[in-house]
Amino acid sequence: MPPPIYAGPVERTWYYSFRVICGLIFFFLIAPIVVIIPLSFNAQPYFTFTPEMLSFDPAGYSTKWYKEFLNSTNWQQAVENSIIIAIFSTILATFLGTVAALGLSRSVMPYRTVIMAILISPMIVPLIISAAGMYFFYSTIGLQGTYLGIILAHTALGTPFVVITVTATLVGFDHSLTRAAANLGADPVRTFFKVIVPLILPGVISGALFAFITSFDEVVIIIFVGSIEQRTIPWQMFSGIRENISPTILAVASLLILFSVTLLTTIELLRRRSERLRGLSPG
Amino acid sequence: MAEAASTDYNVMTTADGTPLKVSLDRALRRSKTKAILLVAPLFLFILFSFLVPIFDMLFRSVENQIVANSLPLTVQAIEDWDPAASDLPPEPVFQAMVEDIKVGAANRTIGRVGTRLNYELSGMSSLFRKSARGVEDIEGPPYSEQLIEIDEDWADPDVWKLIQRESGPFTISYYLAAVDYALSPDGEIVSQPEYAQIYVNLFIRTLWLSLLITGLCLLLGYPISYLLAILPTRTSNLLMIMVLLPFWTSLLVRTTSWIALLQQEGVINDILVWTGLISDGGRLAMIHNQTGTIIAMTHILLPFMVLPLYSVMKTIPKSYMRAAMSLGANPLLAFVRVYMPNTVAGIGAGSILVFIISIGYYITPALVGGTSGTLISNFIAYHMSSSLNWGLAAALGSILLAVVLALYLLYDKIVGIDNMKLG
Repeated sequence: MPPPIYAGPVERTWYYSFRVICGLIFFFLIAPIVVIIPLSFNAQPYFTFTPEMLSFDPAGYSTKWYKEFLNSTNWQQAVENSIIIAIFSTILATFLGTVAALGLSRSVMPYRTVIMAILISPMIVPLIISAAGMYFFYSTIGLQGTYLGIILAHTALGTPFVVITVTATLVGFDHSLTRAAANLGADPVRTFFKVIVPLILPGVISGALFAFITSFDEVVIIIFVGSIEQRTIPWQMFSGIRENISPTILAVASLLILFSVTLLTTIELLRRRSERLRGLSPG
Repeated sequence: MAEAASTDYNVMTTADGTPLKVSLDRALRRSKTKAILLVAPLFLFILFSFLVPIFDMLFRSVENQIVANSLPLTVQAIEDWDPAASDLPPEPVFQAMVEDIKVGAANRTIGRVGTRLNYELSGMSSLFRKSARGVEDIEGPPYSEQLIEIDEDWADPDVWKLIQRESGPFTISYYLAAVDYALSPDGEIVSQPEYAQIYVNLFIRTLWLSLLITGLCLLLGYPISYLLAILPTRTSNLLMIMVLLPFWTSLLVRTTSWIALLQQEGVINDILVWTGLISDGGRLAMIHNQTGTIIAMTHILLPFMVLPLYSVMKTIPKSYMRAAMSLGANPLLAFVRVYMPNTVAGIGAGSILVFIISIGYYITPALVGGTSGTLISNFIAYHMSSSLNWGLAAALGSILLAVVLALYLLYDKIVGIDNMKLG
C-alpha cells in the first residue's frame, strides 16, 4: 500500500520512516527467536556465529546438540515429566473450568462477579507469591515434591484460562437452542452433548491449549513445589542456564519454538472457525 | 369472603393447579441451585489448592509460635517479669530456661528458636547453640549464675526483653523487617542500621524498573499496534504472527536467546566488534545487570502491551482522522487530538497489565539480572529456599500481593475482568 498520491514530501517521508521504525520493532520482537535456530546447529560449543558458520562451511554446522538432547537421560525424563504433568493438569483444568463456566454464564448465578474474580485469581497473583504460598502449605501437608502437588498447582494456574475462553464462547450462546432441543424430545444429557458441546468446543479447546501451555511452560512453581524427581523441560533449562550453559539448551529451545508454531497455528485455525460459527466475521 | 374468592380466581395457575408465582419461584430456585452446583467443584478446588495456601502465607507473615512452643516454661515464667523494676528476670525464669534448653537440646528443636530470635538480635543463634551444649552440667541452683557462666550474654537484659516480647503468638517484626525497620529492645520501632537497609530500596527499584519496562513497552508497542490497526486485514494478520510467535514461545527460550545475544562473547558484541564500533577489549556488559533485565523483560512483555492496544485501535473508525483533517487539522494534530484520546483505554489496560506482570517477575531477573537487576521476587525466593526465613519471605510476599491486588482493582475499573481477551 503506497502513500496516497496527494501526500506532500513531508508526509511521504513520514510514511516511509514510520514503516521503517515499525519494521525495526518487529525485528526486535522476532529476531531473538529466529536467531536461536541457526545457533543450535553450531559445531562449536559457543553461543555465537563462528567464522565457519558465516561462510556457510558445512563443517561449521552439526546436529550434535540435538543428538546430545536425544541421548541424555535427564532431558528424556524432563520431556516425559512435562508431558505427563501437562496432560493431567490440562484434563483436570478443562473439566473443572468448562463446568464452572457453564454455571457462571447463567444469569441466575448469585455473586457472579465476586466468584469470577476468585476463580480468575490464580492468573492475577504473581507466580512467585503463588509458589511461596503453595511451597509453605504443600510442605506442611506432604504434597511438596510429589507429582500430585505439581498437578494440583498447575491445574489451579490453568483453570482461569479455560473459564475465560469458555465464558467468552457462551456470551454469544443462544439459549433458545437448548429449549428447542428439549422441545424436540432430547433429555438434558443429550442436549449437552449434541447441542451445547459442539457450539462451545472451540472455546473449550483453546482454553485447554492455554492450560496446556501454562503447565508446559511453567517454571516458578516447579522449582519450589517440585523436586528433582519431577524435573520438567523448563526446570531443566533453568538449572542448565544457571549451572553449565551448553548449546544443548539451544537445541531444546529450537524444538520448543517449532512446538509453539504448531500451537499458534492450531489456535488461529480454531479462532477463525469459532468466529465463523458465531457469524462474527466472514472468515 | 367474596373478595377473597375473587382473588383466588384471578391467580394464574399452571396446568396442575399450582399458582404460577409459586411454580416460577421453584423453577428459578432449581436453576439457581443447578448453576451453583456447576460452579462448586472449581470453586472448592481453587479454595483448597490456591486460596488456602495464599492465606497460609499471609498467616505465616505474622505467626510467631516457635518461641512459645520451644520455650514453654520460660514463656510462662517470664510473663510477670517487669524489665523496668529489675535488670534481670528472677531465678525461676532462669530455672525454666535451663529446663527448656535441656528438653530442646534432647529433641533438637532448640536450634530453631535460636534461628528465629537471631532475626531480631544477632548472636542469639550461637547463644542457644552454646547453651544447649553446656546446660547438661547444670544439676541444681543457682541457675542464673551457672547459665551466665556458660555464656555471659544471659546477663544482657536485652536478651530477656526480646524473649519476653516474642513470646506472644503473633509478631509484626517480619513486616517491620520487610520495610527496613526493627523493634528496639525497649519495644520501640527504629530503623535498621544503614548497611542492613535493603528492602525499601529493593521495592523502589522493582517499581522503578517495572515503570521503565512499562514505558518502553508502550513506546515500542504503540507504533506497531497502530500500524497493525490501519493495515488491511490480510497484511495485519500476517504481521500479527510476529507478535504472537514471541507470545507463544516459552519464556525460557526467549531468556536463553537473550543470553546468547547479549553476553560478552555473544552475537551483538561480535557484530559490534566486527563493524568496528567497539574494540575487542571494550565489549559491552549487557547482561547480568539491569540492562539485561530491562531488555529481556521488555521483549517478553511487549506482546502483552500490543494485544490490548491493538484490540482498542481496531475499533476506532478511520473516518475520525479523515474528518479531523477535512476540518483543517494537520495529520499530527489530528492524531494527537482525535486518535490518541480514543486509545486511552487500551494504553491503560496494556500498561497496568505489563506493570502487574513485571513487578512479580522472577525467572528472567534471576537468570539475566546479576545483582543490580534483581527484583523483590528474587529476594522472596532467596528467603524461601536459601536463608529459610519463611516469615520474612511471607511478609515481603504479602506486601507485593497487596500492591498487585490494588493494581488489579484499578485494571478491573478500567477494563473489567470480563473483557479480558486472550490471544
